[in-house]
Amino acid sequence: MSSKKPAGVLSAVTKVRGGVAVSHNKNTANMAVERMPAPEKVVIAMQQHIGAPCVPVVKVGDTVAVGQLLGDSDKFVSAPIHSSISGTVKAIKDLKLPNGVITKGIEIESDGEMRLYEGIEKPDVHDRESFVKAVRDSGLVGLGGAGFPTHVKLNVPADKHIDTLIVNAAECEPYITVDSRECIENTENILAGVSVVKKYLDIKNVVIAIEDNKPAAFEAFINVKGYDLLGDSDIKLMMLESRYPQGAEKMMVQSATGRKVPPGKLPADVGCIVMNVASVAFIARYLETGKPLISRSVTVDGSAINTPKNVRVAIGTNIGDVIDYCGGLKESSYKILMGGPMMGLAMLDTSLPILKQNNAILAFEKNPALIKKERDCIRCGRCEQVCPMGLMPTLIARYGKIKDADRLNKIGVNVCMECGSCAYTCPAGKPLVQYMRLAKTVVREAKSK
Amino acid sequence: MSNEEKLLVVSPSPHVRSAATVTRIMFDVIVACVPSLIAAVILFGYRVLAITAVSVGTCMLAEWVCRKVMKRHNTLGDLSAVVTGLLIAFNVPVSIKLWMVAFAGIVAIVVVKQFFGGIGMNFVNPALIGRIVLLASFPTAMSNWVQPLSWRTDVVTTASPLAEIGNLYKAGDVSKSAIYSIDNMPSLLDMLLGKRSGSLGEVCALALLIGLAYLLIRKVIKPTIPFFYIGTVAVIMLIAGKFNFVFLAYELMAGGLLLGAIFMATDYTTSPVNFRGQIVYAIGCGLITALIRLFGSLPEGVSFAIIIMNILTPHIENFTSPKPFGSEKKKKGADEK
Repeated sequence: MSSKKPAGVLSAVTKVRGGVAVSHNKNTANMAVERMPAPEKVVIAMQQHIGAPCVPVVKVGDTVAVGQLLGDSDKFVSAPIHSSISGTVKAIKDLKLPNGVITKGIEIESDGEMRLYEGIEKPDVHDRESFVKAVRDSGLVGLGGAGFPTHVKLNVPADKHIDTLIVNAAECEPYITVDSRECIENTENILAGVSVVKKYLDIKNVVIAIEDNKPAAFEAFINVKGYDLLGDSDIKLMMLESRYPQGAEKMMVQSATGRKVPPGKLPADVGCIVMNVASVAFIARYLETGKPLISRSVTVDGSAINTPKNVRVAIGTNIGDVIDYCGGLKESSYKILMGGPMMGLAMLDTSLPILKQNNAILAFEKNPALIKKERDCIRCGRCEQVCPMGLMPTLIARYGKIKDADRLNKIGVNVCMECGSCAYTCPAGKPLVQYMRLAKTVVREAKSK
Repeated sequence: MSNEEKLLVVSPSPHVRSAATVTRIMFDVIVACVPSLIAAVILFGYRVLAITAVSVGTCMLAEWVCRKVMKRHNTLGDLSAVVTGLLIAFNVPVSIKLWMVAFAGIVAIVVVKQFFGGIGMNFVNPALIGRIVLLASFPTAMSNWVQPLSWRTDVVTTASPLAEIGNLYKAGDVSKSAIYSIDNMPSLLDMLLGKRSGSLGEVCALALLIGLAYLLIRKVIKPTIPFFYIGTVAVIMLIAGKFNFVFLAYELMAGGLLLGAIFMATDYTTSPVNFRGQIVYAIGCGLITALIRLFGSLPEGVSFAIIIMNILTPHIENFTSPKPFGSEKKKKGADEK
């Protein structure tokens, strides 16, 4: 699958530790993103990011338009939420997200007009401050899956100097192809976004990092008019080995610069900002139009989906409707995921709405090969060898069981990013990610005491 | 929205799993043992099969009974008891009494493995303890070596090449001519093919190397431990033998070095899990093996070397474990940002 590296494309500065060779399953790689017609109803969650939830600023009965503010927060780590359709607010009720968080959901019934909110105008951006404010107003969060508010990331403290912007198009999760489609379909948007981030944050180098199983994405960047990414440019392409979890933030920083982000620190502490490729492209579009984040691309795939597709959907669209648009579910559906198979969350049903950070909906049939009965650990050490963070998962599991918070802290439990490499590789079928999470709660509880 | 009533499975990520299972790993080890088993049958006759059957059977029975008595789930399906049984059979001479083999199997499974919690919890290699218990209890029976291929005619007992070579070293002359002047000394080709006296599984170097290749191809083990173990012994023997490569070749193929380095020292449970730890462990194994062979009163040191390093494994891991990402000590001149 991996393609030959064209001259002028960089390779990783440092090879990252561990990781697993998951099957790619990029079945939808050649499927252009289709725009799904606006739904009749959306439910917009007030928590679609890491940080403080938003408080609704509309009430039941209000008429809202496309792009109108629905919820906001006065907390710094938060991102405003906008309406993705025009219509009437029917209800504001509790919504349980797949990660267990309960938040408010604003239900809007469409009037079918998709009337644009009149307050939308091209933002006035002239310096770093106004740029960061504009990004906040756009409601942008990391579109790669984590959903960290982008303006927080861009608001670098004055004492930290950023010299490298890393555009993350690694897309190491199996099945998902929306980022590589973004590279192919919106290449110019991405480069325009790169230019503004570079300009306002005064960043010298830009690395667009893509895994080597996406030759079409490289081609798109190499052939784009007006840029010479292979030649003498501040913007460089980098080809990464296709190995999970290459796209994780700390891995990206290490691959692109050779630097390691210390535990509890951010990429900004080592002079880097990592942004998802679709987020960068969105910034360019937002600065052109002033239209906030109200839709996103989603890969709909998996063995239980009748016609896999990449679709652009309004935020808040019912997941069941999205699946129906992709030919519906097979009778034999067994598990439905929000996100990729390595880190995605399994859902109870298809009644939830699409969230901002939601890059894939995957539905699978029962596959006995993937079900492992938990057995005794044989100390084979595979989990430790594949852990990209240099942790000892079985030891963490053991200390978690006996609730030894001191030792857990010492062996770095909080460095774990729950990538799932350990559990993937474990021959004893141990649900190690679950054990990591339990161990983290032990540490949290000990701290709060 | 008919699918809303449908019950879906919810479980923590990841939702895909690799194909590796404990049973598959143990099965691969068994497959890797097969060439040596076949070689042993050819060299020492059908009694090999009886010994193997008794050994494997006892181990499985002991495992089953133990789990039953301790009211724990049955672990026969993981095949680890079969591996232990095979390795005990590989470590005894063909002339051994069957009840002795059964005794070793019971000690290995009950005392060494299940008393400490079963698979993954034993701190030393069960099969090796089985062997050592036999060695200590029945030293004569355990060193009653039989000439290979003599089972078709008359069983002839003989000395082991390793003991002969060891005696030569202690006498101070390991020159080529001295080695070749020993009565009935197998040629190096015979050593490779296994036409020499010894325990069932250790004699045929070629079969052991085929097993090693299989384990490496199947990625059951990494080359680290066998490489550094055999390498350490090789370096010491090269120096001890004053760069006499014939002496070196005999030292590497005689005794249980290959069997130990390929099948015993690589046991997951009792060896360090990380790369640096495995190097320390393997060099330790090599060092002790060579020292016992050269200076000890025993002809062979592989079992004791591995057992000693098994015991040291937790300590080796303590100082070789990887540090959490980003918290490693900075190297001099590293990028300080």
